[in-house]
Amino acid sequence: MLLAALRKDLLLQWRGRVQMVAIFAFGAAALLLFSFAIGPDSLALRQHAGGFLWLALLLASTLSLAESFEREMEEGALEGLLLLPAGARWLYYGKAIANWAQLAMLGIALVPVMVVLYDAGTLRLLSLLGVILLGTAGLSAPGTLYAGMTAQARGRQTLLPLLFFPLVVPVLLAAVKATSLLILGDPMGQLRAWAMLLIAFDVIYWSLCGLLFGRVVED
Amino acid sequence: MTAPAQSRTPQALVALGVAFLLVGSYWGLAMAPAEIFMGDVQRIMYVHVPTAWNAMLALTFAFVCALFFLFTNAWKWDHRLEAAMEMGVVLSLLLCIQGAIWAKPTWGVWWDWDPRLTTTAVLVFAFGGILALRAFVDDPARRAVWSAVACIIAFVDVPIVYFSVKWWNSLHQAQSSPETVSKAFHWPLRINAFGILFLWTGLVALRTRLAALRVAGELAPPPERTQGGAR
Repeated sequence: MLLAALRKDLLLQWRGRVQMVAIFAFGAAALLLFSFAIGPDSLALRQHAGGFLWLALLLASTLSLAESFEREMEEGALEGLLLLPAGARWLYYGKAIANWAQLAMLGIALVPVMVVLYDAGTLRLLSLLGVILLGTAGLSAPGTLYAGMTAQARGRQTLLPLLFFPLVVPVLLAAVKATSLLILGDPMGQLRAWAMLLIAFDVIYWSLCGLLFGRVVED
Repeated sequence: MTAPAQSRTPQALVALGVAFLLVGSYWGLAMAPAEIFMGDVQRIMYVHVPTAWNAMLALTFAFVCALFFLFTNAWKWDHRLEAAMEMGVVLSLLLCIQGAIWAKPTWGVWWDWDPRLTTTAVLVFAFGGILALRAFVDDPARRAVWSAVACIIAFVDVPIVYFSVKWWNSLHQAQSSPETVSKAFHWPLRINAFGILFLWTGLVALRTRLAALRVAGELAPPPERTQGGAR
């Protein structure tokens, strides 16, 4: 069930890959614009690179999350899916995992942009990959649920960020801290603590949102 | 829908709350001694700390209402949820404003990224967003379920936000407990705490009635149209 739902969402994303390129361009443009807020101070830019990366990712995520449910709203596709003997929970997890994959790829694609623009590289690539995976997992779990909710409401472009941004403050804090530690060095060995916070958030929200999603789409 | 005979308890609670607040505030402002280090600025504590307690209490009540709604599907919990959430947002917003007023003369800045302050600000936005969601959804059944779900998700977030910000940065003074607060400060603080408690429970009860009336109106079949169709 989960695999079928996941396959459907990944296929949808693959067929709409132009959208992904556009969202990447949005994220890269955001990274470029953030540097204008600081000015051409290369030291300051490097210091804030982690924060900029995650802000760009967060802003871009609202686009891709909203998009993922936009397609289900056309011609009552969601109602059709709910009639399948699969259960709403598997639909949720399929979509959340697909969104996670998309956001993680977006994050990985934005890293070179960050390195070039802010001179903020790291050699601990595996750790960086881990932080990106954990952070985007934290964004996609509640994001998918809220996107499913707001897609059916009026004023969805405003509502999704309004509900989503305050909620993911811990993800943003922990991911920014962890990324900055990787870029700027981690003399106190704090990386583990932030990664644990991300893991805790992920575990709580992947289970809680899966439980609640059925109630959101039922009627 | 026949309106049941409405009790006057909420109005009485509001009146009692205002009376308590007047007594407590007069006590705190005029009779209690000034604090040694902070002087008269500290007197904002007599509203600030009770506001904090009651904001948390109102939001916890909203969370309980959301849980009960999801399990029982009874409308009355949705009405209470709406009222309690609005009250929680108002109290949290007041909390931020009072905190800023106190922080400027004490810390020299309006805002500080301390865990409790930041968490309260996040709370205002998280629950304010849910109120916006309620305003944007016309179908009362969906509105009720969605806001209950969003309320649970946001409430679970509160401790995580608190701890993440705490690790991130800390400056706020440690929580005061009855042991660290001089006896002279106790009474105005307690009286105001109960004053705000009575005030908000009364207002929430009144707001619950309003919410019930609105949903009853939304769920009722439009009478004109059925008659017009018959003719």
